[in-house]
Amino acid sequence: MTTARPDLEFEHGGSSSMWTSRLRRRWMSTLPPDKLLPDRQPAYVASWIYVFGVLTLAAFFVILLSGLVLSFVGPAWYHTSSAGRFINSLHFWSVQLFFIFMVVHLWGKFWMAAWRGRRALTWMTGVVCFLASLGTAFTGYLVQTNFDSQWISFEAKDGLNAVGIGAFFNVANLGQMLLVHACLLPLVVGVVVVWHVLLVRRHGVVTPIDAVAATDPAQDVAGTKVVS
Amino acid sequence: MTARVSGADVAAQEWKGPSRRYDILKEGVVAIVVVSILTVLMAGMFGSPDEPQLTIKAWAANARDNFYATTVQELAGTSESAGYGPPYNTAGTGLSVGPLAPQKWFGVTHPVDPASDFVITPLHSQQQPADVAAALKRWEAASPDRQAAWATAFDTALTDADDDLTRVRAGDYGPVPALAKGLTAMAVSGALDGVLMAQGGFYQTDFTKQILFLGDGSYLDDAATAAHLQGDTWGMMNETGSYPGQAWLWLYSFWYQIPQFNSDNPDDYLTSHADAIIFYIMAVLSLGLLLLPFIPGLKSIPRWIPLHRLIWRDYYRQQSIDTSGAGGGDSSGDAGGSR
Repeated sequence: MTTARPDLEFEHGGSSSMWTSRLRRRWMSTLPPDKLLPDRQPAYVASWIYVFGVLTLAAFFVILLSGLVLSFVGPAWYHTSSAGRFINSLHFWSVQLFFIFMVVHLWGKFWMAAWRGRRALTWMTGVVCFLASLGTAFTGYLVQTNFDSQWISFEAKDGLNAVGIGAFFNVANLGQMLLVHACLLPLVVGVVVVWHVLLVRRHGVVTPIDAVAATDPAQDVAGTKVVS
Repeated sequence: MTARVSGADVAAQEWKGPSRRYDILKEGVVAIVVVSILTVLMAGMFGSPDEPQLTIKAWAANARDNFYATTVQELAGTSESAGYGPPYNTAGTGLSVGPLAPQKWFGVTHPVDPASDFVITPLHSQQQPADVAAALKRWEAASPDRQAAWATAFDTALTDADDDLTRVRAGDYGPVPALAKGLTAMAVSGALDGVLMAQGGFYQTDFTKQILFLGDGSYLDDAATAAHLQGDTWGMMNETGSYPGQAWLWLYSFWYQIPQFNSDNPDDYLTSHADAIIFYIMAVLSLGLLLLPFIPGLKSIPRWIPLHRLIWRDYYRQQSIDTSGAGGGDSSGDAGGSR
């Protein structure tokens, strides 16, 4: 039997009364480095369906990068510049890829019932990310400053006005939509994505349905080893 | 041998079974490189859509009669925006579904007075020909009832003549024809685009009035029809040209294809309230997706339709080789039902 020693728990001069020490201890116990940056994963993670999560993140990265360039120069730049048109094309296709990857990822997690084992919050943050991404893409279409954005704002106003959202969220207000698209919603998506990934790292990849708990450390599968 | 732990919540436990090498950083970098290359290739090969914006000038030049008739409708208060209601004006009450009337609750937050904002104020912003200037004075000197009588009479006559000015019957239309003629001339010259954009100021980022005015006519609608962007033809998820649009809105768009939400009778309840009802349906479905792990039945679908057998086929194959006895396993029940 061991006795907790406060001097060891809060080493390097920390103490239980210090917010920083408490946060560090909480972080280290919840998400130690080997969980945050793992170099091994369960052997059952052996399907192409698993790559769609990281592909979604990669597409999000390209979206942010191309969007950053577009936001630096302004929403009308790409109408008159060939370089702008190319950056806009990168933004357009990375969004298309992002949604393809994300939807496949979502379906994959559904068929895995990936919310099992106290992973409901992981599923929910994924859904929030999906919904926030819909809003981000929608506002992106509104700030194209072309015929498409004229038509979309004219049509979309009716649905949003009908449920009161239009009173505060005016799709015909380019300034508002631009800020929501380039600042607010990417921030929301980014924060929720980070939260989602941290939850995945904390709880690990969900086990197969009806998985059997392996208790014999001698078990080994070709090319794999048992986590100790 | 693998011992089975009866009743153990395997999914909730840290995995103690076989593992394999996994370089998370390498995976991330490779994914970014692959997606970047794919994006550059697609951008280079296909480009991106950019159908030029419509202008008021082009509307007045290409559909002069429609522009003229729309101007008369704004003065008569018979245009779509003139009778819209919240959040633009109090001419209507907006949609309500049962006790839910948020459009009315939040009131007018983006005030729009079509007759003034789209016609009178723009005409005032520039020096006008003598007949238009005189018409402006006469209009503003008249009572609201007199203004409405002139504009409504001319609007009706114009409608009866299918917007053909040469066929409009004679009548007392006051200054309305001159005002409509003056605004049309402004629009054709391109001046109205600038006036509507500036709205009496210098900086401006709100295009609500331009969008509403443009939408009151048929020019925008016709262009959308030609581009297959109408809501009842899956337009919500279409894009101009041959590019993919917002395919992720397919379910939202789907409801608008249902005849009950899309009938020819505008007085049909579901059709006239489609915008609100479909939004609520989508809100409920989104909530269902969010809370799916807690919904009995729905959370069991992955167990009933065992596609997971494909995803984890290697694991199940190995499991069947390694174990032949009875035992427990994942009994968390989060996937619903009994195992």
